[in-house]
Amino acid sequence: MNTSRQEALAEVLDSILAERLVSQHCLFDELTIVVHAKDVDSVSKVLRDHIELGFDTLIDLCGMDYSTYGDEVNALGKPGGRRFGVVYHLLSIPLNQRLRMKVFAEDNEFPVIDSVTDIWPGANWFEREAFDLYGIVFQGHTDLRRILTDYGFVGNPFRKDFPISGYVEMRYDEEQKRVIYQPVSIEPREITPLVVREQNYGDSYAE
Amino acid sequence: MAEIRNYTMNFGPQHPAAHGVLRLVLELDGEVVRRADPHIGLLHRATEKLAENKTFLQSVPYMDRLDYVSMMVNEHAYVLAIEKLLQIDVPIRAQYIRVMFDEITRILNHLLWIGAHALDVGAMTMFLYAFREREDLMDCYEAVSGARLHAAYYRPGGVYRDLPDTMPQYQSSKIHSEKQTRSRNENREGSLLDFIEDFTERFPTYVDEYETLLTDNRIWKQRLVDIGVVSPGRAKALGFTGPMLRGSGVAWDLRKKQPYEVYDQLDFDIPVGVNGDCYDRYLVRMEEFRQSNRIIKQCVDWLRKNPGPVITDNHKVAPPSRVAMKQNMEEMIHHFKLFSEGFHVPPGEAYVGVEHPKGEFGIYLVSNGANKPYRLKIRAPGFAHLAALDEMSRGHMIADVVAIIGTQDIVFGEIDR
Repeated sequence: MNTSRQEALAEVLDSILAERLVSQHCLFDELTIVVHAKDVDSVSKVLRDHIELGFDTLIDLCGMDYSTYGDEVNALGKPGGRRFGVVYHLLSIPLNQRLRMKVFAEDNEFPVIDSVTDIWPGANWFEREAFDLYGIVFQGHTDLRRILTDYGFVGNPFRKDFPISGYVEMRYDEEQKRVIYQPVSIEPREITPLVVREQNYGDSYAE
Repeated sequence: MAEIRNYTMNFGPQHPAAHGVLRLVLELDGEVVRRADPHIGLLHRATEKLAENKTFLQSVPYMDRLDYVSMMVNEHAYVLAIEKLLQIDVPIRAQYIRVMFDEITRILNHLLWIGAHALDVGAMTMFLYAFREREDLMDCYEAVSGARLHAAYYRPGGVYRDLPDTMPQYQSSKIHSEKQTRSRNENREGSLLDFIEDFTERFPTYVDEYETLLTDNRIWKQRLVDIGVVSPGRAKALGFTGPMLRGSGVAWDLRKKQPYEVYDQLDFDIPVGVNGDCYDRYLVRMEEFRQSNRIIKQCVDWLRKNPGPVITDNHKVAPPSRVAMKQNMEEMIHHFKLFSEGFHVPPGEAYVGVEHPKGEFGIYLVSNGANKPYRLKIRAPGFAHLAALDEMSRGHMIADVVAIIGTQDIVFGEIDR
C-alpha cells in the first residue's frame, strides 16, 4: 500500500464521515481515524457498507489502557484524559485497504462503548476479551462473559494498575483436601527497569 | 409421553481431539449439536502483559510459544512491527532467509495439521508419515538456531546468524550400525542449503503419498465433504483469514495482496476452494504444501548465489560482532546497553499482519518511547476461527465437531496467548 492510496482514502473518509470524524492521521502508511464513542455504531455501518470503503472484515479489536502513556508523547489520537479506548483494525478485502479506528470511552470509572457484533459478527470474542482484560463494557453485546481468565476471576488483569503477579495464587491444600486461593507470596521485582529517554537522546554519535 | 429435552455435554479440556486444552460445552439434541460453547483460556499466560514488562528483545522467544507449531512466523510479525516503528532496513539476504524459513514453517505447521486432522478422523498412518518429514524440517531449525522448536532466530534488523555450512550428523549406536548411519547421513554431508534442496526434491513425492492415502479415500470424503460449510460473505464477516477464507473461495493472501519482505519477487500461486467445506480447506492446504515447496526452492537458489550480511549494522538495534565488541570501546558500550537496557523504540504505533500458516497473524505494537512496549496486541488467527465454531457446527453430528476442530487447525498457544 502506498501513500497516495492512503491519501485518497483519507479524503473519502473526510467527505463521507464529515463531522463524525474527530481526527485522522497517517503514520507508516497506516491510516488512523478517531471517532466519538456515541458514533461507533453509525460510523461502523458506513465503513462496512459504503461502496468506496467496503471494510467487510474486522481483523482485530483491542482494548487499551492509556493511564500511564504520558502526555508529551501522546500526539497520535489524543485520549485527552480519557483512560480507556478500543482500537479496531479493519480490512477491506475487495478494495485491499486497511484502516485503524480508535474510540475512547468517556467515563474512566465505568467505560462503555457500543458493541459492533451486529455489524461484524467476528467482533464477538474480541469484545469479550476486551471486557475480560480491561473491564470495558460493550453495550448491545448479547453474551458478554469473561473469556480468557479463570472461572470466578476478580479484576481486570491488563489494566496498568494490576500487578503482573496478580493478587491471588492457587494451591492444593492438604488439610482441606481442595484447591484454595491465597494472597500471592512472590515479591514484585523488575529485572530491567523501564527507561523513557528524552527525544533525540544519543544523537551526538552518528547513526 | 416422556418429555424430550436437549442435554448438555462437556467435551475436554483433556480430550485427544481437543487439540490441547479446548473445553467445549455442547448442547445436544440426540446426536445433533444445537449449540457449541467453547471455553478457552486454560492456557492463558498473559503474553501481552508480560511483554509490557520486558524489553523488546526479551519478548522474541515469547513469540515462539504463541503458536508453537509455527514458531518463526510469529517472530516474523513481531520483528516486522519493531522494524516498522524503528524504520530500519533489513539486509536482502536476511529477508530471503526469513521467507525461506516462513515457508519451512508453513510446511511444518501443515504437516502437524494433516497428521492431527487425519488422526481425529480415524487415519492413524498420516500422523506417522507427517512426523517423518517434520523431523527433517526441525533439523533445519536446529541447524540455524540450536533449538528444534523455540528458535528465537529472527531478530529486529535481520536474523541472528547466517546459514551454517554443515548439518548435524547422526552418530552410530547400538541401534543404528555404522552402515545404517552412513546412509542416514548421506544428505547431511553438505551445507544446510544442500540439505533443504534435497528435501524440496523429495517432498512433492511425499505430498503425493498423502494424497494417495486421503484425497480419494471414501471414508475421508464421507467425513469431510459438506461439513462446516462457510459462505464467502460469512467467512469475511466472521474475520476468517488464511486457508479458512481461501477454502470458501476468496482469493486473499497477504503474501500476494500486501507483500512483505521479498514475496513480490517470488513465483507462487494461491489455491482457492469452491464449496467452503472441510474438504475444500483440506485441498487448499495440500496445494499450499506444493507452493511453499516452490518458494523454498527459489529462496535456496537465490541464497546460494548472493552472500551478504544477514543483520543490520545499526548497532543500536543489533549486537556488534564479538571481535568488534572485544576490540572497540564504542561497540562494547553498544553491546552492554543493548543487552542491559535494550533499545528504545520511538513513540508511535504500528500494525503488521503476516500470512501465518493459519491465517493473518497480526502484531499491534504501541510504543511511548521506552525500552519496553507500551502495549502489544497479538491478533491470533485461530481466535477468530474458534469463535465461529458454534456457527460452523450447529446442526451437525457430534463426530463432525471433531472434523471441524481439525479443519480449523486449532493451536491453543496462540488462541489463549
